[in-house]
Amino acid sequence: MESHSTSGGSPIVTITGCVIVAIRDDLDDRSVMVLQDHLVDEIARTGATGVIIDISSLEIVDTFAGRMLGAMAEMSKMLNARTIVVGMRPAVAMTLVELGMTLQGVETALNADRAMALIKAGR
Amino acid sequence: MTLARSSDIVFARETAMKAMAKIGASAVKRTKFVTAVSEIARNAIIYGGGGAISFRIEGVAPTIRVVAECKDGGPGIADMDLALKDGYTTGSGLGLGLSGARRLVDRFNIVSSSKTGTTVTLESYAR
Repeated sequence: MESHSTSGGSPIVTITGCVIVAIRDDLDDRSVMVLQDHLVDEIARTGATGVIIDISSLEIVDTFAGRMLGAMAEMSKMLNARTIVVGMRPAVAMTLVELGMTLQGVETALNADRAMALIKAGR
Repeated sequence: MTLARSSDIVFARETAMKAMAKIGASAVKRTKFVTAVSEIARNAIIYGGGGAISFRIEGVAPTIRVVAECKDGGPGIADMDLALKDGYTTGSGLGLGLSGARRLVDRFNIVSSSKTGTTVTLESYAR
């Protein structure tokens, strides 16, 4: 069970019940809307129970991007899918804490392998 | 450079990143400064109805720094103390942009009036 699509340049792929989204670096506000739209469609279409959002290409995560991640996690939750954000750069983690944006409610893992294992184990 | 639509924020970020690379800034300093620029540029568009941002490099090592100046033509900020408080917003955001941006840079200055709009100056050293 595998499918590919792209949303405003950010590729979306579903592998064994897990939607994997790689966020492109230069997302503007409009492409975020397109991406969210495609993500919920993909979850509904595939019946995925997990979503992995790869932010390793994001040089920065500002409050706008942080809200986007939070919203994507909430949307996925309503469709009964668990979201894990992976690939956060160390400098981004430091900046988010100083910004006061600790992404509460957004689960993270170091990489996609670990996230996939967590989703498969259902814990 | 002009700040009118959200794609302009991406361009402002790229320019800020290049300027920080030019002064040899560390990854953390680069990330913090560019994040602050992103917040301030978005504010200028959402709350200031658009504006402009410019970047310059000042000083010499070890105090070489990037200075960003962001001006908007908006209605100004009525209560500055409140605007700089974590969690306060007049819009739909989180109220962390302005207060957070201030924490991310080495020098932060904001001047605002109902006649001239709002000008935010951000400065960051290389380390």
